[in-house]
Amino acid sequence: MRSGAAWWFVTPALLVIAVFFFLPVLAALALSLTDFDIYALADRGNLRIVGLRNYAQLLHTPLFWQAFGNTLYFVVVGVPLSIAVSFGTALLLHSRLVKFPSVFRTALFAPVVTTLVAVAVIWRYLFHPHYGWLNYALGRLGLPAIDWLGDPRWAMPAIIVFAVWKNFGYNMIILLAGLQSIPDQLYEAARIDGASMGRQFRYVTLPLLAPIVTMVSILTIAGYFQLFAEPYVMTQGGPLQSTVSVLYFMYEEGFKWWNLGSASAVAFVLFLFIFGVTALQLWLARWQSAA
Amino acid sequence: MGREGEVVAQLLPEFEKSHPGIRVKVQQLPWTAAHEKLLTAFAGDVTPDLCQLGNTWIPEFVALNALEPLDRYAAASPVVHAADYFAGIWDTNRVDGRLYGVPWYVDTRLVFYRRDLLQQAGFSAPPRSWAEWEQMLAAVAKRADPDRFAILLPLNEGEPLLALALQQDEPLLRANGRWGNFEQAGFRRALAFYLEMFQRGWAPSLGSAAIANVWYEFGRGRFVFYVSGPWNIGELRRRLPPEQQDRWMTAPLPGPNGPGASIAGGSSLVVFRASPHPAAAWRLIEFLSQPSVQRRFHALTGDLPPRRATWADPELAADIPARAFREQLERVKAAPKVPEWERIATEMRLVTEQAVHGQLSVDQAARELDARADRILEKRRWLLARRGAD
Repeated sequence: MRSGAAWWFVTPALLVIAVFFFLPVLAALALSLTDFDIYALADRGNLRIVGLRNYAQLLHTPLFWQAFGNTLYFVVVGVPLSIAVSFGTALLLHSRLVKFPSVFRTALFAPVVTTLVAVAVIWRYLFHPHYGWLNYALGRLGLPAIDWLGDPRWAMPAIIVFAVWKNFGYNMIILLAGLQSIPDQLYEAARIDGASMGRQFRYVTLPLLAPIVTMVSILTIAGYFQLFAEPYVMTQGGPLQSTVSVLYFMYEEGFKWWNLGSASAVAFVLFLFIFGVTALQLWLARWQSAA
Repeated sequence: MGREGEVVAQLLPEFEKSHPGIRVKVQQLPWTAAHEKLLTAFAGDVTPDLCQLGNTWIPEFVALNALEPLDRYAAASPVVHAADYFAGIWDTNRVDGRLYGVPWYVDTRLVFYRRDLLQQAGFSAPPRSWAEWEQMLAAVAKRADPDRFAILLPLNEGEPLLALALQQDEPLLRANGRWGNFEQAGFRRALAFYLEMFQRGWAPSLGSAAIANVWYEFGRGRFVFYVSGPWNIGELRRRLPPEQQDRWMTAPLPGPNGPGASIAGGSSLVVFRASPHPAAAWRLIEFLSQPSVQRRFHALTGDLPPRRATWADPELAADIPARAFREQLERVKAAPKVPEWERIATEMRLVTEQAVHGQLSVDQAARELDARADRILEKRRWLLARRGAD
């Protein structure tokens, strides 16, 4: 009887999830097995069931692999960098070195709440090869100028810098909350035992923060795999398609060229990959805490 | 769409006054979202009666069976005379022998050049053939300081190469748009000419975003030639200081042997098949196609009119930079009219960009393009084969 009442309470939520999540996902899965395109939009008779051909073709599309490589590059460099910056700033804010921590906390969190399109305009100026401050700074250091968004080798690093700046504040707040929840007594005890600052950090801060770091890294990796808006507003995938991400590739395939069949296939491949990476991370975290 | 959407609202009160009983509701779309929105509107069965459509989109919407054929209306019309329109631009509106749109304004590409800098290099007239053009580019490049380039061909624009390719006799797709035709001699010649400008250091391998302010740099003389479209007449007039105004001029696009063809771009007015008021929509097309209205439209937007009668206007005829466009419009050619063309054109730009960066040779690029085009056209081949079998 009791569980019956519980079901009644969760039914609305389950219905919403079913209608707005599971149904579209199933429809997309079905779509990914067809060659739905504008011809099929005109006349359903032009629709062909192609089975797994979209997936097979995808694996033979060089641009897909390039997009995959670009996305991996973005994740592998961007995530550690982003978490390191978040962690560093969180530690600074938590330490007693900083005066007016609330001012800095707000300032460092500000990029997260700015509008991406608006700040992209400013960053495009910062990255400008002739008039940008970044190259001005490089020039001051005696380094050669870089065509940040025009050179295929530098476009992705530029996107990473922009994305890290835009996103680090979010993780910073979470990590800061984690730091503040570590009881002071533990540090006190460590100090009495004669532990240095470094050892306190290694044996008190890190272990207690581990679950939070795990969560932050899972969220960040899943988020960074879905890179889209930054290249969309900054480079439109160029130069030489060096900033095309998997999601950007899917967007073009689906909404620019209206090949909804193969676009759905891209979405599923990306979903499976993120799912796999997250599962691996959770397994690693469990293995580590068990060890 | 875009600026045209804003301007047309100013012309409509006159139409509504002369056509009592017809009320026009204008909905503006930004160009970047227009294609997507129109396809979504079609899928949702809420297409407008009348619409401005980029003329390269027409084959796609014909494939969707979304457009009303206009042959019947045009044949009986006292205003729209097919023969008065530039042939190349009229042709972009015909798919499989039927008319689906009426040209509203034309967009093409030709050469903007610095008259003074060309004169310094010893040339008093712009080039007419590829050979002359090469000669001038080489001469200008030799005198140039390291900061100056002979020509600007922004890598994010595919139109300059497309124009050079359309100048060739061979079509870009073969067998009624079933297969790519990029490996033929004509396209390879155009591509080789285009790549030469980068390989010899005449053109910088930059996108237009890297140039930032193209007009300022053109005025400063960072490049002598610039292949671009009609909107830049207005931009250059507005953005360059008065003392620089007599330094630039336009010229028709040089061809392999003498003046060559260019792109037949622009927008057309179309009527959607689902419209309950096709006759009223046609009245509006007729109104907007009158030379007097087109003149006002040109004055408001700077868009080039598609009719010879409109160009006969003394004010437009006196506009010297526009004259090259008038001449060019007699020689514009439609891109292949298949729904997949936009996508193939994008692949063309991307493969060309790789070739400019030295990753592909001319032959390799042509082969790659044929492979990509053939893959994109697979469904079209299947549809045509099935239709043939019926």
